Formats: sequence, structure tokens, C-alpha cells
Amino acid sequence: MRGGLAAALVVAGLLLLNALFTGALAPAFALPPYLLQVLCLAGINVTLAVSLNLINGFTGQFSIGHAGFMAIGAYSAAYFSVTFGEALRAALGFLPPFARDGAVLLVALAIGAFLASIAGFIVGVPSLRLRGDYLAIVTLGFGEIIGVLILNIDAVGGARGYSGIPKLANFFWIYLFAALTILVVYRVVHSSFGRTLVAIREDEVAAEAMGVHTTRAKVISFVVSSALAGIAGGLFAHYLMYVNVRSFTFLKSFEIIIMIVIGGLGSISGSVLGAILYISLTEGLREFAQYRMVLFSLLLVILMIVRPQGILGHKEFVTFLTKRRRSIGAAPGTPGNA
Amino acid sequence: MTTFLQQLVNGLSLGSIYALIALGYTMVYGVLRLINFAHGDVYMVGAYVGYYASRRLQGREPSIVSALLVMLVAMVACGILGILIERLAYRPVRREARLTLLITAIGVSLFLENAAQLVFGPDPKFFPSLAPRADFHVAGMRLTSEQITVIAVSVLLMVLLRFFIMKTRTGKAMRAVSFSLDAAKLMGISTDWIISVTFALGSALAAAAGVLIAMQIPKIDPLMGIPYGLKAFVAAVLGGIGSVPGAVLGGLLIGTSEVMVVGYLSSTYRDAIAFGILILVLILRPQGLLGRVQKEKV
Repeated sequence: MRGGLAAALVVAGLLLLNALFTGALAPAFALPPYLLQVLCLAGINVTLAVSLNLINGFTGQFSIGHAGFMAIGAYSAAYFSVTFGEALRAALGFLPPFARDGAVLLVALAIGAFLASIAGFIVGVPSLRLRGDYLAIVTLGFGEIIGVLILNIDAVGGARGYSGIPKLANFFWIYLFAALTILVVYRVVHSSFGRTLVAIREDEVAAEAMGVHTTRAKVISFVVSSALAGIAGGLFAHYLMYVNVRSFTFLKSFEIIIMIVIGGLGSISGSVLGAILYISLTEGLREFAQYRMVLFSLLLVILMIVRPQGILGHKEFVTFLTKRRRSIGAAPGTPGNA
Repeated sequence: MTTFLQQLVNGLSLGSIYALIALGYTMVYGVLRLINFAHGDVYMVGAYVGYYASRRLQGREPSIVSALLVMLVAMVACGILGILIERLAYRPVRREARLTLLITAIGVSLFLENAAQLVFGPDPKFFPSLAPRADFHVAGMRLTSEQITVIAVSVLLMVLLRFFIMKTRTGKAMRAVSFSLDAAKLMGISTDWIISVTFALGSALAAAAGVLIAMQIPKIDPLMGIPYGLKAFVAAVLGGIGSVPGAVLGGLLIGTSEVMVVGYLSSTYRDAIAFGILILVLILRPQGLLGRVQKEKV
């Protein structure tokens, strides 16, 4: 019952904030459109970072193809709402308009997540038998191939990009799914299955010797992570109303990796912090115009030299503050090798 | 048949470029087990150094000598750049987790790309022609002098590299370090020095590739390192990362298959082909074509 109450509170709170930020409640409190957009993109980044952390941070499998799954989610969700959105809206005529929009968005996101998870499965089964750098390379390759394939589908615009996507996602939906992603990853990581994943991260050979079906566990973790990336892609498409394959190259995957590394691999709150820091830094340094990315890349290298485990390391934010030594999976005193 | 041979020559010429860059990836991986993502950008810097060096030579008759001079300047400059990158960015994190090293490499790569846009300007520059141009017609094929230069210079550099690695003391030390860094250290090899040499050599080869491609295209821009770097990297993995002959083989294979796909199928799939081959090879033979199998020890 407590869970239900908490969920209701979160939904109510997000609806309230949404109304506040868009100025529907009181125009005085409305955020400037630029700030609101940054905030929404930060929310999508949170979803991406937390979902990638499941496979990179908790399972210890280094994937650089996350943007590919995001692309599949974005394109398939957008294709659904562009092609069948009107029909579904008409069929749901008995509902109020906002509920109709929400229903179309939810179905689109479900399709995006489903297709992204299928792709995750197809990519994951052969490649997760590989280890370390090879896995990184194969996921990078699959990510790029997904991009090339989408580029060659003319129904979704090819190189022109896909435009005319209805604007169904807003602050409320983006943060609702960010919260859901955090919840899903938190529950997975704190289940007995999550212990299995952490065991694989810490020592794959030992985990296998203890009877863990490592490939199966890795594939499940990969599929969940891909599905969540698909949702993030769907939200991205329905927020910006336009997608282009160029937004989903390996540079986007790098961005997401940088977020989780800044925050600390294997820390959910770290990923949230990393995603927010990343977008604040890249947007905040904007006034330095052309020096922006130079400064940013220098900061990244310096962070790696000074604090390679990321800001929070393996710890969660609360434990980080209270300095308790308990953290997920990392035995006291061991730095952990992600 | 003539078309096929023509495509083959074009492919080998492109493949030599990939091979030169791939050598740097594979040598660095050999000694540090690091995917040096910044390597493609060193190649870009090489092209720019070549551009500025050849501007200094302007007014002189185009000749083979000046082309070689420009290439030499670029190679030395990038060799130094490679040493600097290793000293300043990679050495402090060398003992950290592999992922930290990888992220550092991504950071260095982003830094070089953006610093280049700042220093060289974001617009493409046109590379002056350095050597006299001529076309040769052999058995119905058209061979440009650039293609011949690319293939000849690449073969020369690869032979020199092979000689260096197999016959000199430093080369022997490099092989020892790539076999086992710790054991090499215990045997009295200055591993830091060997790693510096490796970075210098790899970066110099990338610079040579940069000047060669710039002479051929002839357009250079600060982001040109990304596609070439990525495919050369794929070539290194395909041949078996850490294996020097493997990098050459991989580069030639990727270059040839890319040209063939563009020639016979469709140019939109040109970027997918490299990765398609790569994935097939890695799944069927994860150590690459000529790579060693590394058993994981507990």
C-alpha cells in the first residue's frame, strides 16, 4: 500500500511541477522555454544513463552501442504515432484530449521499448559471449550498423531525418519515465538477480564457477537496459518532434558513458548526478562558445586522473554523504574493477 | 574483369591508408591493452601539419622531394604529439581500471577534435598538390600517381617498421613489453621509454597516412579523423589487435571490401560493411584473423 501511495505522490508532484513550469498554474512561475528544454533533455539523459549503468556499471559489461537502441526506440515509437496515432486517437474518442495523447504516447513507447529489447536480444546473444574490449567493439559496431540501416529506410526519412512527429512528451512524461527507470534498475540491482550481476562484474570466472549462468544473466541485463534506452529514445522523438540518425552515432553513446563515469559506475544516484552534471556543464560552458568542448574534454581527462572512480564511486548518494562503508556489491576496501 | 582490377587497385590504395593507421592502434594495444581512441585524431593533426608545412614550401616546383619533406615534418610533429598524449593523459591513469583508461582516451580524442576546430578553424582546407601528377594506364586500368605514391610509401613504411620491430634492440624490447609488461620490467627493460617509443612510432605512421590521404582527396577538416580512425580501428581488430601483420591484412581487407561494396552494391552501405565483417569475425574468431588466443587465468 505504501508503494501505491508513494507512486501517487510522485505522479501528483510531477503533474504539479509540469503545470508550474509550463506556466499553466501561474504565468509568473513559468520557466523560460530554453531552461525547460534543458530540464527535459536532462530527464531523458537520466533515463539513458541509469539504464546504461545497469549493463556497464552493475554487470561490468562495457557496451558502447546504447545510442543504437535509443535510435530504434525513437524511430519505431515515432513511426507508430505518425502512422497510427490518429486512428488510435479516434478510437479513444470517449476520453478527454490529454488522456488520448497520453494513450498514444504510452503505446508508442511500449512499441519502442519492445523493438529495442528485441534488438538488444539479437545483439546481446552473440556478443555477450565476448569479454572486455571485444564486447565494447562489437556493441560499437552494432550501434553503427543500426544507424546505417535506419538511414536506408525511406519510410522514416532516411538521411533527411524524420519530421512531423506529434509533440506528446513533456516534462511530466519524461520525469515519470526517469523515475520509473530508476525504480526498475534499483529493484533489479537489489534483487537476488542483481547480486548475480554484481558477481559477474566482480569476477566472471568465479561467478561461473559458483553456478551462475553468466551469458543468460548478461543477456537479461542487456535486454532490460536496451528496452529502457528505447523508451528514452521514444520520449526524445516525441519531445523534439524531429529525429535524425546523426543524433544517435557512437558519439551519443560516448556521451552517455561519460555521464555514468562522471557520476560513478555502479551507483544509480551517481548516474542521475552524472547526467545532470553533464548537461549543466555542456550547457553552462556555452558562453565560452568555441572553447566549450575543449574545456569539457580537459575536465573529463582531469577527472579521470584525479578521481577515476567517478564522483560517487560505487556508493549511492545517501551512503556517500553519511560515509557508511556499505555499498552495493563492493566489499569494503576493494576498489572494484569495472 | 578490368573494372574488378581497377576496384582492387583503388581498394588496396585505401586499404594501405587504413593499414598505416591500424598499425598505431595495434601497437599501442599491444603494449598498454588500450584502445587509443585519440589515434584517429592524431592522423588528422598529421594532415594539418602537412598542410602548414607545404604552405611554407609554396612557390617551389612540385616534386617528390618536397612531398617527402612535408611528410617527414608531419611524422616528427605527430611523433612528439603522441609522446605528449601518453605522458600527460595516459601515464597517470595507467594503473587504474581499463575503463578509466578508455574514458581518458575518449577525452583526449574530444580534446584534439575541438582544439583543432579552434586552432585550424572548422572549415575544410584544400591541400596543395605537392608532387607532380600523372596518370598511368596499365591493362585498361587507370593508376593515378597519388595511388602509386600511397601504396609505395605505405609498403616502404611497413617494411621499415617490420625491420625495426624484428631486428633492433628497441624493437625486441617492444615485443617483450607487449608479451608481458611486468615481466619486461623485471628483465630491466625501461617500459616507460618503450611505451613512449610505441606511441611515437604509431603516431608518426598515422601522420604519414594523414598526409597521403590529404594529397589524394585533397580536402582536410578537423573531424576527418573520426571515420578513418574508426575503420582503421576495425581493421586492427579484424586482423587481430596486437598483431602487426594482422593490422596490415585487416586494413587491406577493409579498404578493398569497402571499395567493392561501393562499386558493386550501394554507397549508403559503405560504413556498415566494415562493421558487418568485424562482427562476423569477432563472433566466429574473437581473436581476429592473425591474433593470439588469450586464455583467461583465474
